[in-house]
Amino acid sequence: MKITALLASAAMALGLASAAVADDKTKVGFVYVGPVGDGGWTYEHDQGRLAVEEAFGDKVETVYVESVAEGPDSERVMTQMALEGADLIFTTSFGYMDPTINVAKKFPNVKFEHATGYKRADNVSTYSARFYEGRAVQGTIAGHMTKSNVIGYIGSFPIPEVIRGINAAYIHAKKVNPDVEFKIVWAFTWFDPAKEADAAKVLIEQGADVILQHTDSTAPQAAAQAAGNVVTFGQASDMAEYGPFPRVSSIIDNWAPYYIARTKAVMDGTWTSVDTWDGIAPGMVGIGEISDAVPAEVKAEALALKEAIASGEYHPFTGPLKKQDGSDWLAAGAVADDGTLAGMNFFVEGLTGDIPQ
Amino acid sequence: MVRLEKRAEPSRAWSMATPVVAVLATMIAGGLLFAALGKDPVEAIRTIFWEPLFGEFSFYYRPQLVVKGAPLVLIAIGLSLGFKAGIWNIGAEGQYIIGALTGAGVGLAFYPMESVVIFPLMVLAGALGGWAWAMIPAVLKTRFGTNEILVSLMLVYVAEQLLASMSLGLLKNPEGYGFPGSRNLQQYASAHNGDLIAGSGLHWGAAAALIAVIFAYVLLNRHMTGFHIRLTGDAPRAARFAGVSPTRLVLFCMGVSGALAGLAGLFEVSGPAGVVSIDFNVGYGFTAIIVAFLGRLHPVGILLAGALMALTYIGGDIAQSNLGLPSAAIQVFQGMLLFFLLAFDVLTNFRIRLGASEVA
Repeated sequence: MKITALLASAAMALGLASAAVADDKTKVGFVYVGPVGDGGWTYEHDQGRLAVEEAFGDKVETVYVESVAEGPDSERVMTQMALEGADLIFTTSFGYMDPTINVAKKFPNVKFEHATGYKRADNVSTYSARFYEGRAVQGTIAGHMTKSNVIGYIGSFPIPEVIRGINAAYIHAKKVNPDVEFKIVWAFTWFDPAKEADAAKVLIEQGADVILQHTDSTAPQAAAQAAGNVVTFGQASDMAEYGPFPRVSSIIDNWAPYYIARTKAVMDGTWTSVDTWDGIAPGMVGIGEISDAVPAEVKAEALALKEAIASGEYHPFTGPLKKQDGSDWLAAGAVADDGTLAGMNFFVEGLTGDIPQ
Repeated sequence: MVRLEKRAEPSRAWSMATPVVAVLATMIAGGLLFAALGKDPVEAIRTIFWEPLFGEFSFYYRPQLVVKGAPLVLIAIGLSLGFKAGIWNIGAEGQYIIGALTGAGVGLAFYPMESVVIFPLMVLAGALGGWAWAMIPAVLKTRFGTNEILVSLMLVYVAEQLLASMSLGLLKNPEGYGFPGSRNLQQYASAHNGDLIAGSGLHWGAAAALIAVIFAYVLLNRHMTGFHIRLTGDAPRAARFAGVSPTRLVLFCMGVSGALAGLAGLFEVSGPAGVVSIDFNVGYGFTAIIVAFLGRLHPVGILLAGALMALTYIGGDIAQSNLGLPSAAIQVFQGMLLFFLLAFDVLTNFRIRLGASEVA
């Protein structure tokens, strides 16, 4: 057993070595959870990939595989990329975490970058964006825009990242509109236009006139457009084709600067394993053009908040804040630490409903 | 004028030949599709069919074929028994999920105890879980005459909700920082379904798939139950006169297919996948339906069809990465395979006649 295992890994290493010397281009692989045409999450990662090609021209070669299921399939795709001589592989979904770690162990000379996870190794970095900063801006606009005081929220999975977004949006909507109420539907998918459209319709029927989404397709935008008087925000991508109404603004993931910097680091031999969590300030989180459907003073308020977050003057999770059960979380003036935010598994006071368990 | 004339007896030659003809037709039509997308069709077809088997890195891909094909074969074998008898279990995906949940649940209940009995217990629990989930449509059908197609299919969505609930609650990894998903069974020696021979991809699931193929072959050809299954499918009235109990047959076929799907789920979650997560299921239960028909509902045919299906998946991913083919094109390619198979199937039961129709 031991010897065969050794032989197998030796063969792997050999295969890798022979592939790696084949050319001197830096090969960068991308593993996507959705189709590149999803108009949201995967689309923006692919824009990052194209930016890498643009930046380095023929010094770089990029490859990608789209719609890769989380689990053994993703492990195979990553292994395949490493075997084919990739120097750097970006794995762009939370569920790729364990597979990334497994494959990284077999290919110590290949660098891996896993989005939104928490497991690192000598050749595995993690990176994510502080989307909640964008959610704070979004919540401010949403709180002003709602007339029914019901804001619908399409949650994907009840994981910390999504819960952070809901909390950040709620806190800031409540701040500008104390009567606001959130209705949350869990879609249990990142990308499923049919389910997302259903979720949006359910929320609209329940009186929501603003829909926030943490899923990646434009289906909720289309549903809102059909309803006529419902406000939406682009998610992950600008979704500008639904502007100026219903889409009044958006949160844009801008991975390009990070992808270019990390590729450069591999080329220069300066790559090290890091944990990156960037927000509005370095440009990883962008706020899409706020359309004219939003009153000028609301727009100004939202942009001022964005500036305050970018300059570090204001943190979206600043006390006094209580948890949903009424217990104290942050004292007045205190800000949340990254550890708590990273593992956030509770709603703040005022939100109704339970996080699915 | 071209017309179809029904054969007195289904043609054995065409029955054997249609899968091969369908694969060839898929290659040609797929090649045209890839050419239309601006890719070299020969290179694309070569990448899909040749690269995983004999390419530079086939030492890695061949074991992966086993990993990908084993659950397909295991599930398809179970489904084929029912399909032969006209019992349509469309919900293998749900039984697969439940088997994974019950099996992994038993394993995780023992964590961190190490013992050799844990894995056999998990196998048992996985089979039982799948069996029990399949018994719901089976009993509803035999007692109340409900449609097993609808009930078993709807139960897939129920199973998916249960899976989500388990990943977020009961089976959630206590050391997972609040993220959904269970502990990784790959890191729990007693519960890990690893390679029997390192690097071969042959885990217990693959062994079980092979055993299931032999078991099904013997059952269908040498056993009274197998005869009853075939008879019910070919001539339901004759079967009734021969004393076949439809109720027992439904319970048997649904039970076996459920148990095998449950086993496939257990072997997957304890081996290649490792964790119970919200999107643990990737459609093996549905793809297995295609595999069952591609293999002509014959145990050996299913083995070959499972291997072929695995090949198109793995080759398809390689083609995506190396040639930049979109994943949708690969899915169309796989769809063509079933389409052509069904289309050429006509030739098994009909022959093509040229010329004017005779006056009766």
